[in-house]
Amino acid sequence: MSDKTAPALNGSLLLDMCQGVGHSILKSLQSIGVMSIFVGKSIVHVFTPPWYPKLLLRQIIDIGYYSLPVVGMTAIFTGMVLALQSYTGFTRFNAESAIAGVVALSVTRELAPVLAGLMVAGRIGASIAAEIGTMRVTEQIDALTTLSVNPYKYLIVPRIVAGTLMLPALVLIADIIGIYGGYIVSIYTLGFSEGSYLTQTWDILEFNDVFSGLVKAAAFGFVVTIMGCYHGFNSDRGAQGVGAATTYAVVSASILILISNFLLTKVFFQ
Amino acid sequence: MAITPKIAMRDVKKSFGEKVVLDGVTLTVNPGESLVIIGGSGTGKSVTLKCILGLIKPDEGSIQIDGKETTDLNARERDELMHKFGMLFQGGALFDSLRVWQNIAFGLIQGQHMNPKDAHDIAIQKLAQVGLKPQVADLFPAELSGGMQKRVALARAIATKPDIIFFDEPTTGLDPIMADVINDLIVDCVKDLGATALSITHDMHSARKIADHVAMIYAGKIIWYGKVAELDHSGNPYVDQFIHGRAEGPIGK
Repeated sequence: MSDKTAPALNGSLLLDMCQGVGHSILKSLQSIGVMSIFVGKSIVHVFTPPWYPKLLLRQIIDIGYYSLPVVGMTAIFTGMVLALQSYTGFTRFNAESAIAGVVALSVTRELAPVLAGLMVAGRIGASIAAEIGTMRVTEQIDALTTLSVNPYKYLIVPRIVAGTLMLPALVLIADIIGIYGGYIVSIYTLGFSEGSYLTQTWDILEFNDVFSGLVKAAAFGFVVTIMGCYHGFNSDRGAQGVGAATTYAVVSASILILISNFLLTKVFFQ
Repeated sequence: MAITPKIAMRDVKKSFGEKVVLDGVTLTVNPGESLVIIGGSGTGKSVTLKCILGLIKPDEGSIQIDGKETTDLNARERDELMHKFGMLFQGGALFDSLRVWQNIAFGLIQGQHMNPKDAHDIAIQKLAQVGLKPQVADLFPAELSGGMQKRVALARAIATKPDIIFFDEPTTGLDPIMADVINDLIVDCVKDLGATALSITHDMHSARKIADHVAMIYAGKIIWYGKVAELDHSGNPYVDQFIHGRAEGPIGK
């Protein structure tokens, strides 16, 4: 009897497994579809009136101005650590003079945009998801609709526009602060001369280095804000739903930042 | 000869995944009438309301407002239609980043582009209408008690002078006295505006007070419809069980 049941059992187990895999594939395809529709809709609403300039200004201050301390701190310590680390490596080859260039290139091309993007994902992505998620759960988004105000235009457009515009501004400042961090360490603890450090920095930096970083920053700003909006907008009910939305917003934004960083680097430097 | 109903739903169906929520709802509300839909939790009351409002798109069936089909409207026509509607949400759904007067004036300023000064005056006037002092206008919703929030939400719902007002469980979460105050306010406001009202509730006291007609929804269908006076001798065992709040009867646990 056991001989007879065994194949049947195996068959159903296999079927169950296939079903499980198929189910999760379908589900992820579905969520990619839903997300794409959401992103498309949001972009269309950016270019169609009415606009809410006051709300945009508030988001610009919130996302841009209030993120300055966090991004600034990240940049200065990154620049300082870079100078220290490259010094320990480069002295072995008598290549100390390359430190200024390493700091300038790494900060402007990679570290300022990526680290600023990740910090802003934590700071802004989470707060957007929590705020919009709470509005969804307490029916405030439905209330907007019943008061003849389109929630995409009122809630989402100001945030994604502010994110896309302000992150490049933040990164430009982070570039300067980061290079300054490297400068401080090089001058005051490693004993470099001020003039030659700055000349080396200027000599190696090209327009494209800074520009590529700013384009990346704009993309990351869009990714962070749209992920916050998407997960908040589709938040499940209750405190747990909003909590999960916040987590998804930060995690998905961070991963998308790293993926799009690779793709954009490939586009710019190949 | 026949008057065009304000709201006419015909055979509206809606499922979420495999779960059938509305299984062919047919319902008409005439101008100036107050209809209350009663029913237990999870029977489709809220979904019915959200379908009419256009917050949820039904899978099948027709919903007409003033004789005009609304299930296939585009975004702009839908916005236009929304001007006719006012809605009191269950939890109030006040915008917590805005002050009380900005909440009440929201539809006037953002939806109808009235200048903020005039809208402020109207907001104060509406506050008085729901029995609140002008000092409340500058507070934030979080600083108000539940009953006051409900009143402010009611003031917001009537501020744009809507044609049709929806009330979603207007008395849930309030003490009996405040619930009665809200019921009175609803009756007064609807009468004052000459509006058509559609409410959903499971509070029978509230239903008797604000309804002209009552419809009972069960398992996604309207199983009884009649005048509020007929409620007590409907002859329908489901209605009887519900209005008397009995655990035993045809409606299972």
